[in-house]
Amino acid sequence: MYQDVILDHYKHPHGRGLRDGDAEVHHVNPTCGDEITLRVRLDGATIEDVSYEGQGCSISQASASVLNELLVGKELGDAQKIQETFLALMQSKGQVEPDDEMEEVLEDAVAFAGVSKYPARVKCALLSWMAWKDATAKALSEEAKTA
Amino acid sequence: MTRLPGLLDTEAIRKDFPLLDRVVHDGKKMIYLDSAATSQKPRQVIDALTEYYEQHNANVHRGVHVLAEEATALYEGARDKVAAFINAPSRDEVIFTKNASESLNLVANMLGWADEPYRVDRETDIVITEMEHHSNIVPWQLLSQRTGAKLKWFGLTDDGRLDLSNIDEIITDRTKVVSFTLVSNLMGTINPVEAIIRRAQQVGALVVIDASQAAPHMVLDVQALQADFVAFTGHKMCGPTGIGVLWGRQELLEDLPPFLGGGEMIETVSMHSSTYAPAPHKFEAGTPPIAQAVGLGAAVDYLAAIGMDKIAAHEHAITEYAVKRLLDVPDLRIIGPSTAEDRGATISFTLGDIHPHDVGQVLDEQGIAVRVGHHCARPVCLRYGIPATTRASFYLYSTPAEVDALVAGLEHVRNFFG
Repeated sequence: MYQDVILDHYKHPHGRGLRDGDAEVHHVNPTCGDEITLRVRLDGATIEDVSYEGQGCSISQASASVLNELLVGKELGDAQKIQETFLALMQSKGQVEPDDEMEEVLEDAVAFAGVSKYPARVKCALLSWMAWKDATAKALSEEAKTA
Repeated sequence: MTRLPGLLDTEAIRKDFPLLDRVVHDGKKMIYLDSAATSQKPRQVIDALTEYYEQHNANVHRGVHVLAEEATALYEGARDKVAAFINAPSRDEVIFTKNASESLNLVANMLGWADEPYRVDRETDIVITEMEHHSNIVPWQLLSQRTGAKLKWFGLTDDGRLDLSNIDEIITDRTKVVSFTLVSNLMGTINPVEAIIRRAQQVGALVVIDASQAAPHMVLDVQALQADFVAFTGHKMCGPTGIGVLWGRQELLEDLPPFLGGGEMIETVSMHSSTYAPAPHKFEAGTPPIAQAVGLGAAVDYLAAIGMDKIAAHEHAITEYAVKRLLDVPDLRIIGPSTAEDRGATISFTLGDIHPHDVGQVLDEQGIAVRVGHHCARPVCLRYGIPATTRASFYLYSTPAEVDALVAGLEHVRNFFG
């Protein structure tokens, strides 16, 4: 479960810290107390920044770091595809062996495949991704309101 | 092998617990240090459940056939056993529930619907403590929100004890009920019952004790405690899940109104109104957890045969050893009392900056089962400024070698994340 890639992201997180954003959400995992505050800044359909601050286990923290690395600079449509692929992998109960196509989409995030075997830890891995989805929806609806 | 004074013959005891022979993760011996969450079950309890279902299964208190009579005798026999186990003055003071949470909710609801002098309303206070399990917080929050009563609580000292320095301001003439845990499920702290009860009695408040973490581990004598209600659960004391107990003083059970209505709890029913059976049946609506009660009866037989005083001495010895060894682990901070004095065999700790989930997962890979998280006592974590803890809890079958395995496991965790 604890792949080197995950431990690397845990010890040296990418993009950690809160910066300006269009929307902010705070998500918690009530069963274990993992928390994340996450902000999204959009430039049209491009994700300009995802910044975050949180506390939690290595899985939840590394996952947020991977998310930042993967999604910043992406178009929203591509980001959504990555998010959906990651969600499917995490919900696979260890039954999905990531293939080349999946690895191309998920890059470092394929390292979390092993986590999907541990039901108690899947939520840790998904915490930041759910927060990102929520924050993005919020940013888009704010934008729609002001447009 | 480490020999400590006061230890039970764990070699013999462990033979009674089939699960303790399990191996996990490709041949690693299971080291179960999560008995505060639920205890393992001895063969005697498992057999009692099987025998009940294979030989005696029927509904209780109805029907005249032989099985119904046997099932009723077994169910009511379990009540006798539990009453003797806690030294209740009367078997009719023992109410079977499904767990301690239901027991505590039942008291809160009895008081919420009661007339004077028991009535809880906006003129009155409810007192709890900051170290309660959520099951002894939330029912009182609900009662407070529904009645307008004010909820007050005792805070905690830095070393994991109740701060009773302001007891006269917390428990006052307005206090209607004081509910607190005998032993903290997160920190293991054993609370000074006498001081709290003395003050509660001065102001005429009812006292409810959550004994969930006490009943499995020490002599529980409800008469010596002098409380009005005592709640505990079966599955933490070698019994099955789905069975809890609420003990209450007889005159209170007579005076207080029922909470759940249904079969079994009535005397007569017409379409306009009903009259109720006497306690304990007044508080046991519907078909009760029969097999589970029988299993709990077998569990208290098992514990009583070993002796609760001997179990307490065993756990004290293990605790003393575990505290000493854990404090030698670098960066380990015990949340709660850091000596074995007035504490049970449940030890919570943090390990540097390593998140408890990671600690628990890497321990699990070595076959060591601990609990991680806030242990349904989140206010304690907030009090000490931590998101969660790792908790190791010991029982009558725990050995010093398992403490050693935990300490070695924690060293491995430190190296892994270091």
